[in-house]
Amino acid sequence: MIIKQVSVFLENRKGRLASVTGLLAEKHINLRALSIADTTSFGILRLIADKPEEVAAILAENNVTATLTDVLAVPLGDRPGALARILAKLTENGIDVEYLYAYLTHEENGAVVVMRVDDTEKAAALLAETA
Amino acid sequence: MYWNEEIETMDAERLRALQDERLREQVRYTYDRVPFYKKMFDEAGAQPGDIRTAKDLEKLPFTSKTDLRDNYPYGLLAVPMEEIVRIHASSGTTGKATVVGYTAGDLALWDECVARALTCAGGTRKDIIQVCYGYGLFTGGLGLHGGAERIGATVIPASTGNTARQITMLQDYGSTMLCCTPSYALYIGDTMEKNNIPVSSIHLKAGLFGAEPWTVRMKEEIEKRLGIRAYDIYGLSEISGPGVSFGCDGSDGLHVNDDHFLIEIVDPATGKNVPDGEKGEVVFTTLTKRGLPLLRYNTHDISSITHERCACGRTLTRMARITGRSDDMLIIRGVNVFPSQIESVLLSVGQVEPYYMIHVDRVNNLDVMEIKVELSADAFSDSMRGIEELEAKIRASIESTLGIAAKVTFVEPSSLPRSEGKAKRVIDNRTLR
Repeated sequence: MIIKQVSVFLENRKGRLASVTGLLAEKHINLRALSIADTTSFGILRLIADKPEEVAAILAENNVTATLTDVLAVPLGDRPGALARILAKLTENGIDVEYLYAYLTHEENGAVVVMRVDDTEKAAALLAETA
Repeated sequence: MYWNEEIETMDAERLRALQDERLREQVRYTYDRVPFYKKMFDEAGAQPGDIRTAKDLEKLPFTSKTDLRDNYPYGLLAVPMEEIVRIHASSGTTGKATVVGYTAGDLALWDECVARALTCAGGTRKDIIQVCYGYGLFTGGLGLHGGAERIGATVIPASTGNTARQITMLQDYGSTMLCCTPSYALYIGDTMEKNNIPVSSIHLKAGLFGAEPWTVRMKEEIEKRLGIRAYDIYGLSEISGPGVSFGCDGSDGLHVNDDHFLIEIVDPATGKNVPDGEKGEVVFTTLTKRGLPLLRYNTHDISSITHERCACGRTLTRMARITGRSDDMLIIRGVNVFPSQIESVLLSVGQVEPYYMIHVDRVNNLDVMEIKVELSADAFSDSMRGIEELEAKIRASIESTLGIAAKVTFVEPSSLPRSEGKAKRVIDNRTLR
């Protein structure tokens, strides 16, 4: 399934993450998952929330640089080999993964992997077929 | 020791007379050959004949770095290109460099000036002089080189960088004199100390340091760490290069080569000459230049002058150590940097907002520059690589424009201070010790 992820530019400065998450808390935004990629001078916060457009709008209003990105959300059984099987499938079909992160869902043994790949549409079609 | 005793110790009155005579000749020469100056005289309602003595110069406006840029690259040259034997360039206020051209005679007079500076610092043909100023468009390397050859010394054209190799040369080649920026001299000293290299393993007796402002404390520090006598040398490419004035043992000031360069100190607010001892902007008129003669070139360096006779015996005008600038030019590792140059790089690369802050600091005696700039919201994608590539692109562009490296850091939108008046763009944390 293709979903919208909110990507946020963060300066590598004390309190930046706290301030961004605080802003969203104030507006009662529930975060489902997040990950941070960083270098020595900056980071990109990637987050999944229920209403990504609203999140992006709140951030823009508050002078936080953010953008919406299409990513794959792939539900997985919480068991050995589940991720490996999917990645093998993507590799076989020449699709590159740029990054991924995972979160557990409320359902028992349920997990979701969020993936950014170089061809989102093709990957989504492939995985739908597999499922 | 004098290189040119007759000039360097000339009776003050005779020296003024020589200056005035050369000034009249230079004004006429410049008026006849450089359309820019003819126009300047015409607009000021002045005739070349109106400039009889140094006092009359106040009738003319100043020449600025902007004038050089507006006439880029060769518009102010007074001779056809076949007479020009060398080009040097320094950074301009924006994208365009300031280009200067020298005739064979101009190079000879430049060498003469540097020869006086080296001789004053005790240099003779027996010396081995290691020149670690940059060789190239920058006047430091070739300027000191020419003067060192003139006095018949042995020159090591080491140029900049590779400190370990510089130290090996100091040890093995028996260098007796060192020429570089004062901060690099300190860096060499630090590096030797860190690597437990004793001062007794090098043979230096003196050094000529310049191209950036430094203090008496720094001078003492260099003398202590390298076991040498340290001398100041001042100059700028527009006027010729290093050697416009030079330090001696007699005082803390620098002797101006009066027979080639006429110095004035003016009040930045009124443009009027100030009395001896008062601080103001340093303005030079060349007296003997043929390639690029300049009348009343305002350097924007801040200093003062005195005509009192120096304990070293020289009668040449003495200028005080440069204490600052009247404009926003920064000197980083001896290189002139204008915030406007950085601004034009950022604008040409795009993808960033026109808000930036230049942080300058001195780490281990070397200048470092960091440019903080607001990343444009449109330029931000989810891609780490995209941001890193933009950073690399800006860094490369700055390095190719300025000739020195800078760290580039992206900051969030609206995080840099906005101001309605003249924006503060520079935070200079260097403390000149």
